[in-house]
Amino acid sequence: MNWNRKHLLSLQELSADEIRHVLDTAAGFKEVSNRSVKKVPALRGRVVVNAFFEDSTRTRTSFQLAAQRLSADTIEFSEKGSSVSKGETLIDTARNIEAMGIDVIVIRHAAAGAADLLSRSVKCSVVNAGDGAHEHPTQGLLDLYTIRERFGKIEGLKVAIVGDIGNSRVARSNLWGLTKLGAEVILVGPPTLLSKSFESLGVRVVHDFDSVIGEVDVVNMLRVQFERIKSSQFPTVREFTHFFGLTQDRFARCKKDVFVMHPGPMNRGVEIQSQIADGPQSGILAQVANGLAVRMAVLYLVAGAKE
Amino acid sequence: MQTVYDQENLSRLIDRLSDDIGKSFSKDQPLNIVGIRTRGETLAERISRGLASRRFSQIGRGVLDITLYRDDLSEIGPKPVIHPTQLNIQIDARPMLLVDDVLFTGRTVRAALNELGDFGRPSVIRLAVLVDRGGRELPIQADFVALKLEPLARNLRVKVQFAEDDGRDGIVIEQIP
Repeated sequence: MNWNRKHLLSLQELSADEIRHVLDTAAGFKEVSNRSVKKVPALRGRVVVNAFFEDSTRTRTSFQLAAQRLSADTIEFSEKGSSVSKGETLIDTARNIEAMGIDVIVIRHAAAGAADLLSRSVKCSVVNAGDGAHEHPTQGLLDLYTIRERFGKIEGLKVAIVGDIGNSRVARSNLWGLTKLGAEVILVGPPTLLSKSFESLGVRVVHDFDSVIGEVDVVNMLRVQFERIKSSQFPTVREFTHFFGLTQDRFARCKKDVFVMHPGPMNRGVEIQSQIADGPQSGILAQVANGLAVRMAVLYLVAGAKE
Repeated sequence: MQTVYDQENLSRLIDRLSDDIGKSFSKDQPLNIVGIRTRGETLAERISRGLASRRFSQIGRGVLDITLYRDDLSEIGPKPVIHPTQLNIQIDARPMLLVDDVLFTGRTVRAALNELGDFGRPSVIRLAVLVDRGGRELPIQADFVALKLEPLARNLRVKVQFAEDDGRDGIVIEQIP
């Protein structure tokens, strides 16, 4: 398998083989985190910029640590306190950072397509760390990795992605990745947050969580994104939890070995009950640990790609 | 494509190599044998068996994947998949035998030494290879060599084949396309 993508912008554009190649590469990187010296010289002398125009804990820390474990130098860039607040455009900001000799820009932005736009404006590699409601490819990859690690395969599994699908870039990246690798995807959510038009992407759309609860192997509970939801889309938190939350009652009706995932940050008691999130069938912390290995793999692959 | 050594001869080569190695380490002291992926791992396995039959009783086994320590990362283009390094052995203050199939430029061994340095401090590291084909670019030599060839032209590749990896044993010299 030849990897020759300089950018990672979405899972939609990757082939099944390319996705598998990232997952296989990540498997090799996972071991590095268990060493006493948790660092390899693969990207020594390279510079990775974390340009986050939106808040983040996990993804940002994970990318920073991933770059550092590859011995790259890292620069943390935030919208707050930068010249963006003086009115500089995204592309001008990026070109100016790039002029200082940058190899990879990791970008998170509220606007869908921001990473793609950037990749066409700069010469260095661009990694999408979440662009609006479009995609969050490394989250999709780490979810795939975690599912594959748990079940030993992805093909043939039934995966429910539940909640605020409309606003979710995680749902879209998962949808592309899972369907490409042969899983069956069921999207679950209220009609206001989940349009029937998703069916054209080859997935099932369901508005009644209870109707599919007993048949799925994986439930991926999305965060309710209160900051993006308009009041007309969402009646009350209690009603949402009643119909779409992973409650103890629903959990009891799941398959015995059901695997529970959540991309974080969790609204405990809203989309997921604490006992389930912290229980033995939860993959939530495994997702975070695997995210590091996946991001090391992604940085390593894009930094070495020729185009 | 030219076969230099076939199955029977290869076994004999490895047997003689194990003999040489056996004579320079002590049987009742710990000895770590670490192979460099992929063929070095198989060769290390065979040498370990050879030493076990010579009554070496405290052999520790490990595998190194040196891909992340290469100095030509930006030049090699298509990259091999990274495999885990496995060193779940005590390496500090114990002798180590580093094993690879072919010694050429010396850069793989350099990378392996750098990687080992991140894991600990063996009391001594010796290098065993099946084939030395000349063409060194670094001041690195093997302590144990089973087959020393006259320095080969750079457009030739020496391929060691093991039944475990390739379905047959042999050493083959071929033209790089």
